[in-house]
Amino acid sequence: MTAVLTNGTGQAPALDVTGTPGITMARLVRVELRKLVDTRASRWLLAAIVAITLLIIVVVFLTGSRSDRTFLNFMAATGAPQGFLLPVLGILLVTSEWGQRTALVTFTLMPVRGRVLAAKVVAALVAGLAAMVLAMAIAALATLGGGAGDAWAGVGVDDIGKFGLLEASGVLQGLAFGLLFLSSAAAIVTFFVLPTAFTIVASLWGTLHKAAPWVDLSTSQQPLFDSGHMSGHEWLHLASGTAIWVLLPFVLGLVRVLRAEVK
Amino acid sequence: MITVEGLTKTYGRFVAVDDVTFTCRPGRVTGFLGPNGAGKSTTMRIMVGLTPATRGQVRIGGHHYTDLPNPGRHVGVLLDASAQHAGRTGREVLTIGTETLGLPRRRVDEMLELVSLSPAEAKRRVRNYSLGMRQRLGIAHALLGDPSILVLDEPANGLDPAGIHWMRGLLRRFAERGGTVLLSSHLLHEVERIADELILIGQGRVVSQGTKEELLSTRGAFVKAVEVEALRDALAREGVHAVPSGEGLRSDAEPLQVGKVAAENAITLVELRPAEGAGLEELFLQLTGDTQRDGQPPQDNPQTSQTSQTPQTGQTGQTGQTGQIEGALA
Repeated sequence: MTAVLTNGTGQAPALDVTGTPGITMARLVRVELRKLVDTRASRWLLAAIVAITLLIIVVVFLTGSRSDRTFLNFMAATGAPQGFLLPVLGILLVTSEWGQRTALVTFTLMPVRGRVLAAKVVAALVAGLAAMVLAMAIAALATLGGGAGDAWAGVGVDDIGKFGLLEASGVLQGLAFGLLFLSSAAAIVTFFVLPTAFTIVASLWGTLHKAAPWVDLSTSQQPLFDSGHMSGHEWLHLASGTAIWVLLPFVLGLVRVLRAEVK
Repeated sequence: MITVEGLTKTYGRFVAVDDVTFTCRPGRVTGFLGPNGAGKSTTMRIMVGLTPATRGQVRIGGHHYTDLPNPGRHVGVLLDASAQHAGRTGREVLTIGTETLGLPRRRVDEMLELVSLSPAEAKRRVRNYSLGMRQRLGIAHALLGDPSILVLDEPANGLDPAGIHWMRGLLRRFAERGGTVLLSSHLLHEVERIADELILIGQGRVVSQGTKEELLSTRGAFVKAVEVEALRDALAREGVHAVPSGEGLRSDAEPLQVGKVAAENAITLVELRPAEGAGLEELFLQLTGDTQRDGQPPQDNPQTSQTSQTPQTGQTGQTGQTGQIEGALA
């Protein structure tokens, strides 16, 4: 029982909170990571990410010619399925709290909602990093087990960095769409349909086509898939596309959740 | 200690909570009683920072809830027993709670034992829980941080009579150790059995509040006057306590004394009679009648639930107007 002090004047007994340890960020992150693995649905999603990453590398290994079996090719192959599933993980990290109404409990235990959301961002990034490490490990195994003669050629820190950016951007974009829609179905559908529709429109409509590197995320992310140096221009494109498709929905969603009435 | 001061919440033109003021004291179980939609849950959500208030404030032990560094260590909250992830086990729900609060893992087992959820039940997923089991899990969750204040929204909902008996014992012991309890209910007989103090709320307004003995008292008089406020003041000057009850006042003095006070102060009485037994029930029924919605019968009075189901050709000739029927019955 926490101490109840009476301040002698017969007024409201005050609750002494000075001795109560607060809730650290590390603890909130640990809780959010736990939520990623503590239900059947979330475990299936993680298992799917592992299985598909493994599968795609095996497929590349078996179907490609020996000279194609390079570390970078293996890594590049994992990009597509992971880019597909990691955002879903980000979406569900937010929307399951609303769909299952656990936000009621989460925000009661930690009323400073921004801190919960910050913990979710960190947890999502940790999950993205883990997925990347997994992809690298399997790709390395495949390379060692029968790669081309120059399988490790051209592998640099920048390649790993670019891959990390893609993973982080994907999982955070998912989180942002989750915050914006607060509903799994709406967020997932919009996440997959809207950028694709935009890309199609951009490819058909000339004016937009010229602006595509600035406003279409998949176009501005293209250089990240290529090996080699990215120009300052390409970085600007990437920053612009990311601002529109990741940062903007994230900020809008953040405002929505901070202001929302939790029922 | 929970202090609610002038709390108001509006949604557009709809006033969900209307200038609500009350205090919950340590050592007492305070029942928050009112029909569905009266504003109980909204008030409780505002208390814990889930809903912003339009006006007014709530202080918990002198603090705003959102200023508490680790609120779960001081205030145990159960707002909706069904607001848990259906895919988590009962044990996992409590484990997440202990992790967030920074408590040792053994707290999970202690709480499971306290609310009588067996190890086998704790391993089951919440989707397979009955409402009663969810309520027990919710109570366990609220008590995790060994709080000194409890805020429970409809905690007895779904519990069988034995479960209600158990909860009464639990909350009684909690209050006896100096804890403050606020629990809401839309069922009079339920809250009557558990609470020491009662706050009646209807259409967002506090209609009546006091100790259970005071509100359930069969002594005293019921009086309606043209100048209600003046009568209340006059009675107060004579040292007679009177609380609003429906359109009139319920006083702990006998009708004779009330009548004299009214006469001395030239106050016009419309009605003066000995208070009937279970004045609280009468008040609650009025409240329920006034705010009753079609097709949603009040759940703790068989008479009214019959009358509101079908158009009535009874003594008043009213259709579905339970409030007026109750008025006629009263």
